[in-house]
Amino acid sequence: MRQYDIVIIGGGPAGLAAALEAKKSGGQRILILERDRELGGILNQCIHNGFGLHTFKEELTGPEYAARFIEQVEKEQIEYLLNTMVLDISPEKVVTAMNREEGLFEIQAGAVILAMGCRERSRGALNIPGYRPAGVFSAGTAQRLVNMEGFLPGREVVILGSGDIGLIMARRMTLEGAKVKVVAELLPYSGGLKRNIVQCLDDYGIPLKLSHTVVDIQGKERVTGVTLAKVDENRRPITGTEEFYSCDTLLLSCGLIPENELSREMGVVMNPVTSGPVVNESLETSIPGVFACGNVLHVHDLVDFVSQEAASAGRHAAAYVAAEKSGEAAASSITVKPQGGVRYTVPSILRPQRMEEEQILRFRVGDVYKNHYVSMYLNGERLAHRKRPVMAPGEMEELKLKREQLLGCPAGSELIVTIEEA
Amino acid sequence: MESRELICIGCPMGCMMTVTLEDGRVTAVSGNTCKRGDVYARKEVTNPTRIVTSSVRVDGGELPVVSVKTREDIPKGKISEVMEALKAVCVQAPVQIGDVVLADVAGTGVDMVATKNVRAAAAR
Repeated sequence: MRQYDIVIIGGGPAGLAAALEAKKSGGQRILILERDRELGGILNQCIHNGFGLHTFKEELTGPEYAARFIEQVEKEQIEYLLNTMVLDISPEKVVTAMNREEGLFEIQAGAVILAMGCRERSRGALNIPGYRPAGVFSAGTAQRLVNMEGFLPGREVVILGSGDIGLIMARRMTLEGAKVKVVAELLPYSGGLKRNIVQCLDDYGIPLKLSHTVVDIQGKERVTGVTLAKVDENRRPITGTEEFYSCDTLLLSCGLIPENELSREMGVVMNPVTSGPVVNESLETSIPGVFACGNVLHVHDLVDFVSQEAASAGRHAAAYVAAEKSGEAAASSITVKPQGGVRYTVPSILRPQRMEEEQILRFRVGDVYKNHYVSMYLNGERLAHRKRPVMAPGEMEELKLKREQLLGCPAGSELIVTIEEA
Repeated sequence: MESRELICIGCPMGCMMTVTLEDGRVTAVSGNTCKRGDVYARKEVTNPTRIVTSSVRVDGGELPVVSVKTREDIPKGKISEVMEALKAVCVQAPVQIGDVVLADVAGTGVDMVATKNVRAAAAR
């Protein structure tokens, strides 16, 4: 069986950054497994600009951002296999994969980094009634068709969901000559960035209908129209508010779900809130030596933070491989508990002895909060109390923790992260 | 005197701002919480610009299209002309990031450049 110190599942932004940092931290024998025909993942179809403001201090398009990392991977001579699908990872870290050249094969990994990204929520998962004609696409599928394959999937478009991909596609389809009639959003606020609302919808006069959803899809062979209705505060359609829109295409931009089939199969403990693995300060899952980063861990808004997080996973994986050889003992841990509007934190377990000098705690809130405080309490004692002018579910938040704040606290300690009124 | 309503794009706050203009000159900005809102509002009402990204056909490449962008931001009012100009463009593979696919697009003085490397397709 082939042996590698670190095997990275997925060659998108997370996998690339993890590989580079693992190498920089002294990791040897690193392999990236990618199922697509090229590295770069979803960035390849995100041709709009706005990537890399934090990482490179300039606004790049998705393919340009990916290229910067791919060039470094090539320069560092990090190995990768394309068109290669991973089928299984055993708890003993035997990776089973296949491709056309080699058929089915196994790799023994010293450490594994899960970087498989996420998938879009499908029509089936949304339970939209109506026929099943052609013309219903996820926004990301339409994005790939337009930007990479050169097809325009429709002429008259309705978009359900105001996540960033939906907004970006509203502009993209408009620029390519399609008529985007309306964007409907179930919630009373958009999950997309303000910048995208203004530059993708307002710039082109595309209406955004908040608290609206699709209640029917018409058409037998091809979509001929959809019916929207207003929803009440329980997100139930209100009778009498139905409105028909004739269209040949419905795009769905209704959220992303981490792609964790492999993680679940191997027995990694999952967080039901994020649909990603539960991880500690090293971004290590419940299986020692198996790390997770990027959208497979929790869905991010900005690729810059994916790269940052993945770099941290890469560093820790390299340290794990080195420490395993020297047989370093395990450390006691603190549980991080999200409360009062904080939906989750990543990581959710902290072992102070293993923490880096500064630890980033990422989280999301469940509602829109204006002029509130984010607070941290360690065993009842307040560690931090930071004012935030605005927090929204669509924007990932972060807090920084110093290792010295946590060193020496007793085993079984609890760190509460919560939102408090001003 | 003229006034325009704007939503600030600087952060998730999305402040509703009102810009007051006199003879095309900004005389007041209100509703913003910070300096960024003020700067954005003044630019947006006097000289709104955008980076335009799109894709153009590739001949003989591993992919049928290559993504492109305006190297710098262009006047917002020129967006549809830029898109129109791109319709006829077809580039020969290989394409490198930064290659000019259309110089001085729609008379903006700004070049349209490739944002992705597309290799030539392997001979069959």
